[in-house]
Amino acid sequence: MKMFISGLVTFFSGICFAIGLTLAGMTIPSKVIGFLDVTGGQWDPSLMFVMIGAITVYAVMYHFIKPKMDKPLYAPKFRLPTRSKVDVPMLLGAAMFGAGWGIGGFCPGPAIASASLLDMRTLVFLACMIVGMYLAFLIQALIPSALYGKD
Amino acid sequence: MIAEFEIIKPLLGGVLIGFASALLMLSIGRIAGISGIVEGLLRPKTGDVFWRFLFILGLVFGGFVMSFIMPERYSLETGRSIEMIALAGLLVGVGVHLGSGCTSGHGVCGIGRISKRSFAAVPTFIGVGALVVWYLGRSRIGL
Repeated sequence: MKMFISGLVTFFSGICFAIGLTLAGMTIPSKVIGFLDVTGGQWDPSLMFVMIGAITVYAVMYHFIKPKMDKPLYAPKFRLPTRSKVDVPMLLGAAMFGAGWGIGGFCPGPAIASASLLDMRTLVFLACMIVGMYLAFLIQALIPSALYGKD
Repeated sequence: MIAEFEIIKPLLGGVLIGFASALLMLSIGRIAGISGIVEGLLRPKTGDVFWRFLFILGLVFGGFVMSFIMPERYSLETGRSIEMIALAGLLVGVGVHLGSGCTSGHGVCGIGRISKRSFAAVPTFIGVGALVVWYLGRSRIGL
Protein backbone atom coordinates (compact mmCIF):
# COMPACT_ATOMS: atom_id res chain seq x y z
CA MET A 1 0.00 0.00 0.00
CA LYS A 2 2.79 2.39 0.96
CA MET A 3 4.55 1.62 -2.33
CA PHE A 4 1.35 2.31 -4.25
CA ILE A 5 0.89 5.71 -2.59
CA SER A 6 4.54 6.65 -3.09
CA GLY A 7 4.22 5.80 -6.80
CA LEU A 8 1.07 7.86 -7.04
CA VAL A 9 2.71 10.84 -5.35
CA THR A 10 5.72 10.59 -7.69
CA PHE A 11 3.44 10.49 -10.75
CA PHE A 12 1.43 13.42 -9.36
CA SER A 13 4.63 15.37 -8.77
CA GLY A 14 5.52 14.90 -12.47
CA ILE A 15 2.08 16.15 -13.53
CA CYS A 16 2.33 19.13 -11.20
CA PHE A 17 5.78 19.93 -12.62
CA ALA A 18 4.37 19.89 -16.17
CA ILE A 19 1.47 22.18 -15.26
CA GLY A 20 3.99 24.53 -13.66
CA LEU A 21 6.23 24.54 -16.73
CA THR A 22 3.21 25.29 -18.94
CA LEU A 23 1.92 28.21 -16.85
CA ALA A 24 5.49 29.46 -16.55
CA GLY A 25 5.86 29.67 -20.33
CA MET A 26 8.92 27.42 -20.25
CA THR A 27 7.30 25.22 -22.90
CA ILE A 28 7.56 28.06 -25.43
CA PRO A 29 11.17 27.97 -26.74
CA SER A 30 10.89 31.42 -28.33
CA LYS A 31 9.95 32.82 -24.90
CA VAL A 32 13.00 31.19 -23.33
CA ILE A 33 15.18 32.69 -26.06
CA GLY A 34 13.47 36.05 -25.39
CA PHE A 35 14.48 35.73 -21.73
CA LEU A 36 18.09 35.00 -22.66
CA ASP A 37 18.09 37.84 -25.20
CA VAL A 38 19.21 40.49 -22.73
CA THR A 39 20.87 42.71 -25.28
CA GLY A 40 18.38 42.40 -28.15
CA GLY A 41 16.26 45.37 -27.11
CA GLN A 42 13.21 43.17 -26.50
CA TRP A 43 14.17 41.39 -23.27
CA ASP A 44 11.35 39.26 -21.80
CA PRO A 45 11.90 39.06 -18.03
CA SER A 46 8.89 36.76 -17.36
CA LEU A 47 11.05 33.73 -16.61
CA MET A 48 12.70 35.56 -13.75
CA PHE A 49 9.39 35.33 -11.92
CA VAL A 50 9.35 31.58 -12.56
CA MET A 51 12.69 31.24 -10.78
CA ILE A 52 11.58 33.49 -7.93
CA GLY A 53 8.39 31.47 -7.38
CA ALA A 54 10.03 28.06 -7.69
CA ILE A 55 13.10 28.78 -5.55
CA THR A 56 11.06 30.46 -2.80
CA VAL A 57 8.62 27.56 -2.43
CA TYR A 58 11.36 24.93 -2.66
CA ALA A 59 13.66 26.73 -0.22
CA VAL A 60 10.90 27.22 2.36
CA MET A 61 9.83 23.57 2.24
CA TYR A 62 13.44 22.36 2.19
CA HIS A 63 14.67 24.47 5.06
CA PHE A 64 11.58 24.49 7.27
CA ILE A 65 9.76 21.19 6.72
CA LYS A 66 12.50 18.72 5.81
CA PRO A 67 14.55 19.29 9.01
CA LYS A 68 11.49 18.25 11.04
CA MET A 69 11.47 14.85 9.32
CA ASP A 70 13.87 11.98 10.14
CA LYS A 71 13.27 10.46 6.73
CA PRO A 72 11.08 11.02 3.68
CA LEU A 73 7.44 9.87 3.92
CA TYR A 74 7.90 6.87 1.63
CA ALA A 75 11.63 6.12 1.52
CA PRO A 76 14.27 5.06 4.06
CA LYS A 77 16.44 8.17 3.62
CA PHE A 78 16.96 11.50 1.87
CA ARG A 79 19.30 11.21 -1.12
CA LEU A 80 21.21 14.46 -1.61
CA PRO A 81 24.05 15.29 -3.99
CA THR A 82 27.35 14.41 -2.32
CA ARG A 83 29.77 16.60 -4.26
CA SER A 84 30.20 20.12 -2.95
CA LYS A 85 33.25 21.62 -4.71
CA VAL A 86 33.01 23.68 -7.87
CA ASP A 87 35.18 21.94 -10.48
CA VAL A 88 36.26 22.46 -14.08
CA PRO A 89 34.18 19.68 -15.69
CA MET A 90 31.04 21.01 -14.01
CA LEU A 91 31.62 24.57 -15.22
CA LEU A 92 32.40 23.31 -18.74
CA GLY A 93 29.25 21.20 -18.67
CA ALA A 94 27.13 24.12 -17.45
CA ALA A 95 28.58 26.28 -20.25
CA MET A 96 27.74 23.63 -22.87
CA PHE A 97 24.24 23.27 -21.48
CA GLY A 98 23.81 27.05 -21.61
CA ALA A 99 24.94 27.12 -25.24
CA GLY A 100 22.45 24.40 -26.18
CA TRP A 101 19.70 26.12 -24.20
CA GLY A 102 20.33 29.37 -26.05
CA ILE A 103 20.37 27.71 -29.46
CA GLY A 104 17.22 25.60 -29.05
CA GLY A 105 15.28 27.41 -26.32
CA PHE A 106 14.69 24.02 -24.75
CA CYS A 107 15.94 22.54 -21.51
CA PRO A 108 15.19 18.90 -20.62
CA GLY A 109 11.97 19.35 -18.58
CA PRO A 110 9.95 21.39 -21.09
CA ALA A 111 11.18 19.22 -23.98
CA ILE A 112 9.85 16.12 -22.23
CA ALA A 113 6.59 17.87 -21.32
CA SER A 114 6.13 18.72 -25.03
CA ALA A 115 6.99 15.20 -26.20
CA SER A 116 3.37 14.06 -26.65
CA LEU A 117 2.81 16.66 -29.37
CA LEU A 118 5.15 14.54 -31.50
CA ASP A 119 6.55 17.65 -33.16
CA MET A 120 9.64 16.84 -35.23
CA ARG A 121 11.68 19.58 -33.54
CA THR A 122 11.02 18.31 -30.02
CA LEU A 123 11.68 14.71 -31.00
CA VAL A 124 14.96 15.57 -32.72
CA PHE A 125 16.00 17.61 -29.69
CA LEU A 126 15.18 14.78 -27.27
CA ALA A 127 16.88 12.10 -29.39
CA CYS A 128 20.05 14.20 -29.67
CA MET A 129 19.92 14.99 -25.95
CA ILE A 130 19.87 11.27 -25.13
CA VAL A 131 22.76 10.62 -27.54
CA GLY A 132 24.60 13.50 -25.85
CA MET A 133 24.05 11.97 -22.40
CA TYR A 134 25.48 8.61 -23.52
CA LEU A 135 28.41 10.50 -25.07
CA ALA A 136 28.95 12.31 -21.78
CA PHE A 137 29.06 8.99 -19.88
CA LEU A 138 32.00 8.04 -22.14
CA ILE A 139 33.64 11.47 -21.94
CA GLN A 140 33.41 11.49 -18.15
CA ALA A 141 35.35 8.25 -17.91
CA LEU A 142 38.23 9.95 -19.74
CA ILE A 143 38.41 13.06 -17.54
CA PRO A 144 41.41 12.85 -15.20
CA SER A 145 40.26 12.73 -11.60
CA ALA A 146 42.65 15.58 -10.77
CA LEU A 147 40.21 17.95 -12.47
CA TYR A 148 37.61 17.15 -9.86
CA GLY A 149 38.29 18.93 -6.59
CA LYS A 150 38.40 16.77 -3.47
CA ASP A 151 35.30 17.05 -1.32
CA MET B 1 13.97 48.31 -23.93
CA ILE B 2 11.93 45.56 -22.37
CA ALA B 3 9.31 43.46 -24.14
CA GLU B 4 5.80 43.08 -22.79
CA PHE B 5 5.99 40.51 -20.04
CA GLU B 6 3.85 38.48 -17.65
CA ILE B 7 4.12 38.27 -13.89
CA ILE B 8 1.22 36.31 -12.40
CA LYS B 9 1.29 33.21 -14.60
CA PRO B 10 5.08 32.73 -14.45
CA LEU B 11 5.03 33.27 -10.70
CA LEU B 12 2.23 30.72 -10.30
CA GLY B 13 4.02 28.31 -12.66
CA GLY B 14 7.17 28.71 -10.61
CA VAL B 15 5.29 28.04 -7.38
CA LEU B 16 3.93 24.79 -8.87
CA ILE B 17 7.40 23.74 -10.08
CA GLY B 18 8.85 24.46 -6.64
CA PHE B 19 6.01 22.59 -4.93
CA ALA B 20 6.37 19.54 -7.21
CA SER B 21 10.13 19.47 -6.58
CA ALA B 22 9.72 19.78 -2.82
CA LEU B 23 7.05 17.07 -2.88
CA LEU B 24 9.52 14.68 -4.51
CA MET B 25 12.09 15.46 -1.81
CA LEU B 26 9.68 15.10 1.13
CA SER B 27 7.94 11.98 -0.21
CA ILE B 28 10.75 9.86 -1.65
CA GLY B 29 13.81 11.91 -0.70
CA ARG B 30 14.95 12.69 -4.23
CA ILE B 31 16.18 15.82 -6.02
CA ALA B 32 13.80 16.83 -8.82
CA GLY B 33 16.50 17.31 -11.43
CA ILE B 34 15.01 16.34 -14.76
CA SER B 35 18.35 15.60 -16.45
CA GLY B 36 19.52 13.43 -13.55
CA ILE B 37 16.23 11.54 -13.51
CA VAL B 38 16.56 10.81 -17.26
CA GLU B 39 20.24 9.80 -16.94
CA GLY B 40 19.28 7.26 -14.30
CA LEU B 41 16.93 5.69 -16.84
CA LEU B 42 19.70 5.46 -19.44
CA ARG B 43 21.97 3.45 -17.13
CA PRO B 44 19.49 1.78 -14.82
CA LYS B 45 20.38 0.42 -11.39
CA THR B 46 18.20 -2.20 -9.72
CA GLY B 47 15.47 -0.65 -7.58
CA ASP B 48 16.21 2.84 -8.91
CA VAL B 49 14.17 2.87 -12.09
CA PHE B 50 10.46 2.83 -11.33
CA TRP B 51 10.18 6.19 -9.55
CA ARG B 52 12.07 7.84 -12.43
CA PHE B 53 9.75 6.22 -14.94
CA LEU B 54 6.66 7.37 -13.00
CA PHE B 55 7.89 10.96 -12.66
CA ILE B 56 8.73 11.23 -16.38
CA LEU B 57 5.38 9.62 -17.22
CA GLY B 58 3.66 12.30 -15.10
CA LEU B 59 5.65 15.00 -16.87
CA VAL B 60 4.64 13.70 -20.31
CA PHE B 61 1.02 13.13 -19.28
CA GLY B 62 0.78 16.56 -17.64
CA GLY B 63 2.18 18.16 -20.78
CA PHE B 64 -0.25 16.17 -22.92
CA VAL B 65 -3.29 17.41 -20.97
CA MET B 66 -2.00 21.00 -20.73
CA SER B 67 -1.37 21.17 -24.49
CA PHE B 68 -5.15 20.92 -24.95
CA ILE B 69 -6.02 23.38 -22.16
CA MET B 70 -3.41 26.00 -23.14
CA PRO B 71 -2.37 25.17 -26.72
CA GLU B 72 -0.86 28.65 -27.16
CA ARG B 73 1.76 27.70 -24.57
CA TYR B 74 2.96 24.87 -26.79
CA SER B 75 3.93 26.89 -29.84
CA LEU B 76 7.31 25.46 -30.72
CA GLU B 77 8.39 27.80 -33.53
CA THR B 78 11.71 29.53 -32.98
CA GLY B 79 12.98 30.03 -36.50
CA ARG B 80 15.99 27.81 -35.72
CA SER B 81 16.75 25.16 -38.34
CA ILE B 82 16.43 21.46 -37.53
CA GLU B 83 20.22 21.10 -37.71
CA MET B 84 20.59 23.81 -35.08
CA ILE B 85 18.02 22.08 -32.89
CA ALA B 86 19.93 18.80 -33.21
CA LEU B 87 23.13 20.58 -32.16
CA ALA B 88 21.24 22.14 -29.25
CA GLY B 89 20.05 18.70 -28.08
CA LEU B 90 23.57 17.28 -28.27
CA LEU B 91 25.06 20.20 -26.31
CA VAL B 92 22.32 20.00 -23.69
CA GLY B 93 22.77 16.21 -23.33
CA VAL B 94 26.55 16.35 -22.86
CA GLY B 95 26.38 19.57 -20.83
CA VAL B 96 23.81 18.49 -18.25
CA HIS B 97 25.72 15.31 -17.47
CA LEU B 98 29.15 16.93 -17.11
CA GLY B 99 27.50 19.88 -15.38
CA SER B 100 25.59 17.62 -12.96
CA GLY B 101 22.23 19.21 -13.65
CA CYS B 102 20.02 21.55 -15.60
CA THR B 103 17.51 24.32 -14.92
CA SER B 104 15.58 22.20 -12.40
CA GLY B 105 18.33 20.39 -10.49
CA HIS B 106 20.66 23.39 -10.24
CA GLY B 107 18.28 26.30 -10.88
CA VAL B 108 15.50 25.33 -8.49
CA CYS B 109 16.67 22.59 -6.10
CA GLY B 110 20.36 23.55 -5.95
CA ILE B 111 19.79 27.26 -5.43
CA GLY B 112 16.98 26.43 -2.98
CA ARG B 113 19.38 24.21 -0.98
CA ILE B 114 22.06 26.93 -1.19
CA SER B 115 24.52 24.60 -2.94
CA LYS B 116 27.84 26.17 -3.86
CA ARG B 117 28.02 24.16 -7.11
CA SER B 118 24.61 25.39 -8.22
CA PHE B 119 25.49 28.99 -7.39
CA ALA B 120 28.38 28.58 -9.85
CA ALA B 121 26.46 26.57 -12.46
CA VAL B 122 23.34 28.74 -12.81
CA PRO B 123 25.07 32.05 -13.73
CA THR B 124 27.33 30.04 -16.05
CA PHE B 125 24.51 28.51 -18.08
CA ILE B 126 22.37 31.63 -18.11
CA GLY B 127 25.42 33.73 -19.05
CA VAL B 128 26.56 31.45 -21.87
CA GLY B 129 22.94 31.09 -23.03
CA ALA B 130 22.59 34.87 -23.24
CA LEU B 131 25.91 35.12 -25.08
CA VAL B 132 24.85 32.51 -27.64
CA VAL B 133 21.45 34.17 -28.20
CA TRP B 134 23.23 37.50 -28.70
CA TYR B 135 25.64 35.93 -31.19
CA LEU B 136 22.93 34.13 -33.15
CA GLY B 137 20.79 37.27 -33.26
CA ARG B 138 23.74 39.24 -34.57
CA SER B 139 24.89 36.81 -37.21
CA ARG B 140 21.40 35.51 -38.04
CA ILE B 141 22.59 31.91 -38.06
CA GLY B 142 19.68 29.56 -38.42
CA LEU B 143 17.15 32.33 -38.75
